[in-house]
Amino acid sequence: MALNYDQAVEKYEPTLGLEVHVELNTHSKMFCSCSTIFGGEPNTQTCPVCLGMPGALPVVNGKAIESSILIGLALNCSIAPFSRFARKNYFYPDMPKNFQTSQYDEPICVNGYLDVEIDTDEGPKKFRVEIERVHMEEDTGKSLHVGGATGRIHGADYSLLDYNRAGIPLVEIVTKIVGGTGKYAPQVARAYVTELRDILRSLGVSDVKMEQGSMRCDVNLSLAPTGSGALGTRSETKNVNSLRSVERAVIGEVIRQSNRLEAGERIVQETRHFLEESGQTRPGRSKEQAEDYRYFPEPDLVPVVPDSAWIEELRATLPEKPSTRRKRLQEQWSVPDKEMSSLVNAGLLDVVEETIALGAEPTRARSWWLGEVSRLANEKEVDPTSLITPAQVAEVISLIESGELTDKLARQVVEGVVAGEGTPAEVIAQRGLKVVSDDGALMTAIESAIASQPDTAERVRGGNIPAAGALIGAVMKATGGQADAAKVRELLLKHLGQGE
Amino acid sequence: MTTIRSTAAEMAAALAAGTVTSVELTEAHYAQIERVDPAVHAFLYLDKEGALAQAEQSDAQRKNGQVPSPLAGVPLALKDVLAQKGIPTTCGSKMLEGWRPPYDSTVVTKLKEAGVVILGKTNMDEFAMGSSTENSAYGPTHNPWDLTRIPGGSGGGSAAALAAFEAPLAIGTDTGGSIRQPAAVTGTVGVKPTYGGVSRYGLIAFSSSLDQAGPCARTVLDAALLHEVIAGHDERDSTSINAAVPQVVKAAKKLDVKGMKIGVVKELQGEGFQAGVLERFHEGLDALVSAGAELVEVSCPTFDYALAAYYLIAPSECSSNLARFDSMRYGIRVGDDGVRSAEEVMNLTRHEGFGPEVKRRIILGTYALSSGYYDAYYGSAQKVRTLLMRDFNAAFAKADVLVSPTAPTTAFKIGANDNDPLAMYLNDIATIPVNMAGIGGMSLPCGLAAEDGLPVGFQIMSPAMRDDLMYQVGGALEAALLSKWGAPILDRAPVLAAK
Amino acid sequence: MAAISREDVAHLAKLARIDMNDAELDHLAQELDVILGAVARVQEVAGADVPPTSHPIPVNNVFREDVARPSLTPQEALSGAPAQIDGRFKVPQILGEE
Repeated sequence: MALNYDQAVEKYEPTLGLEVHVELNTHSKMFCSCSTIFGGEPNTQTCPVCLGMPGALPVVNGKAIESSILIGLALNCSIAPFSRFARKNYFYPDMPKNFQTSQYDEPICVNGYLDVEIDTDEGPKKFRVEIERVHMEEDTGKSLHVGGATGRIHGADYSLLDYNRAGIPLVEIVTKIVGGTGKYAPQVARAYVTELRDILRSLGVSDVKMEQGSMRCDVNLSLAPTGSGALGTRSETKNVNSLRSVERAVIGEVIRQSNRLEAGERIVQETRHFLEESGQTRPGRSKEQAEDYRYFPEPDLVPVVPDSAWIEELRATLPEKPSTRRKRLQEQWSVPDKEMSSLVNAGLLDVVEETIALGAEPTRARSWWLGEVSRLANEKEVDPTSLITPAQVAEVISLIESGELTDKLARQVVEGVVAGEGTPAEVIAQRGLKVVSDDGALMTAIESAIASQPDTAERVRGGNIPAAGALIGAVMKATGGQADAAKVRELLLKHLGQGE
Repeated sequence: MTTIRSTAAEMAAALAAGTVTSVELTEAHYAQIERVDPAVHAFLYLDKEGALAQAEQSDAQRKNGQVPSPLAGVPLALKDVLAQKGIPTTCGSKMLEGWRPPYDSTVVTKLKEAGVVILGKTNMDEFAMGSSTENSAYGPTHNPWDLTRIPGGSGGGSAAALAAFEAPLAIGTDTGGSIRQPAAVTGTVGVKPTYGGVSRYGLIAFSSSLDQAGPCARTVLDAALLHEVIAGHDERDSTSINAAVPQVVKAAKKLDVKGMKIGVVKELQGEGFQAGVLERFHEGLDALVSAGAELVEVSCPTFDYALAAYYLIAPSECSSNLARFDSMRYGIRVGDDGVRSAEEVMNLTRHEGFGPEVKRRIILGTYALSSGYYDAYYGSAQKVRTLLMRDFNAAFAKADVLVSPTAPTTAFKIGANDNDPLAMYLNDIATIPVNMAGIGGMSLPCGLAAEDGLPVGFQIMSPAMRDDLMYQVGGALEAALLSKWGAPILDRAPVLAAK
Repeated sequence: MAAISREDVAHLAKLARIDMNDAELDHLAQELDVILGAVARVQEVAGADVPPTSHPIPVNNVFREDVARPSLTPQEALSGAPAQIDGRFKVPQILGEE
């Protein structure tokens, strides 16, 4: 019998490790002055340096150093007084020098932590994820595989290379081994990546759009029998492109590894690929294990020695910590912990804050984003913030408050905006969704309903108030749902002698 | 009268005086190249069109009173390891056959801005690895003093071009002696500036922490003039020195060593040094003493380990530097039949494209860096480097410059060391410590060895950032020897007849 | 000092992506054995208390302003390419998956 997740985490203890690569939003590349603008024609943003031409030499982008230090400070790391670049030597056509200029045993930031909060059976719980290191490196070019059945590398006839992205500055953030999460490993992983993303966004050092690749997550997972205190063999899962995938990848690997262990099979230390459709992983490039990177200090670059004055200068520019901001907002809005947690985990804090800033009533703002918009987002499997803007939500809310929309109509408006039909005003006009509140028009509909259901009307006159529902329903139908149901009820009951 | 046997300084003076044009000089040198290069094989590529255009432009500018540098209009030969835009740059390797860089190295940019006329690219040991230019994929260069002998390496082409009067100036590069040792065995002058003194941008890397481009010429003054053109801080080279170019021309003209302390390195005179080499070296010392300098014996015990450390560091760095030659973006591509994978094509290309010495060093370097061996080999070699620097510091506390013979022997026969790589490596025993410590080193002729009548080089080493000191001593020594000999040493070289 | 075997050299040749036939491997193994024997002596003086030097001239913090400058044209970038299609470098199929 195959183990499911709950069974797996009862028998086995997961240990996590997370490696996040962040593309910095500098104007020029890490080691040369080529532009970093996204989407250029192939090989229009390259030079002898990022093409790895013979004789080319790297020069470090000072802004990238600054950004790295800021990231380290925001993650409570120590900034290394002496840090160096190193060559990581291996061959791959998307890497022009056939070595990556990175950092090895002298990274720029070490020993930090990030506190995250997750929902457990016992309520919200805090969890500290320790951070091993933050270091700088460069991105590779992009290869396009041509030919072969699936267009994937294996079986392709040839590959085409574009080096526009080669040399883009990357920062790698590596956690220490994360143990003691028990069955909450997926949530901890997701919460960590979410919080990290929020911090990086608040620092303004990266777009941190996972779906676009400016933030990439590798999930390392190993299992050991519960209570054994041992550490199992870990797998590394790449291609995890969203917060949801982080969570699913952990779940998928726990299930896969536990079932292998149950069957008495070994876990192979390998790189695996996350498959969006199934939530499972498949084996990746196994040759990486045979590689010996032969790290040595990069002779073309000199050490980075940030003095404490510079570090303090940078520290002074750190924005409000997301966790501090969250506390502040929670107090301001008087929101209970669980709801706050939901908002944060869904990545909705910014849009909610913005919606409120545009004048929307706080409770309504939260409930629309957490409710209807998130529901639609889950259906489409996208990020809620990509469906509709804070301004549009604020507009809808103000229309509800002014009585021009009922909640029901408002839901239709939101659906319309999300479907791409236009702004709220356009959707209302096109679909004709305004509330019918003209008493005269309502009375006409009410009399019509009474006329077609005389027995029901009699019962209401006789004191059977609940029976009015059928009549109200008929009126709502006649007005295409645009009548204010409460108003209809009021008028109807009054008309039938049951009003106050 | 200005001829191809004049010095660069004399040519510059003639250009200034209007008694010769740059076009005439350029054409005269191409004529000489045509006469003697079939036998010498110093050049791999001649850029007649480009050079004459440069020369014409130089003459035109001069007419308008524009003289961008003291060497404007003077011809020069460029070692084929430096990128020159649009001109074939091979590094003496099959791997880069036909490759035309889309950019200029900083050295070339500076030469062009100075109005120097680049005649062509000179032959070299493949990717600068060697001491004889026998490792060139395009055939060896022959020493103008004796065509059956090597001209030194890796920059044998540049040195031979000077000795054969095919150019009055040349650029070389020096990682373990590749400028100085060829200078020694060809009777010319070669200088390795302090590391970082000349930009490495566009210098195709062999060993990044050791490589340095430098001036080659027939006189110390010529070398100094060229030094001042090519040296200087470069934003594109992070290891480039951010300070003013040392005033080496002034130093070369000083002709005064009174009261200077000359440190004679004990470890660089004993076993392995040819008797005739030592004899001429000592005469050089005598000349310095006669000129008023004082000899001091210094000991640098770590020198005994310098060669070993070098043959760990250089191959390690080169194994990484040469990884980029994989046939994907430039260079030759072998075996791409539409079926083979990228990796297979890479392996085949690198098999075909690299010669045996390069492969040897790549494999050695890969080993020295590999997991489990790093500490014992590369790591230890880097420590030897520290010790060498300490030795130099202690020695420079006692002496202004240090001296030694440049190379242990005179030019050996082509093919002599074919089966003995270790024997070949010993040619660099006196020059390597200089690169390891990053200081300056110069070789100038100090006579012909009695046994074989072949040139002997005298090496002067100066502290980091004090290149002026080696030019000061070199200039003075050259003058003293010239007055002793009555004529420049190259006058004694056989005249090469046209084939 | 352990001798370096043909298998060792074969492994290194693989790491270095250079095809070698058996004769070459054998020859190289012999040569390297001799060379390694000669260079191993660096261990004699490389004490634990000696710091390694990776840069001969001590300089730190060389940085560049974060300003984008003109790149090569794609024609220049591709000028040395053994093969190209539509502005991209064409290379043989890359085995092993992403």
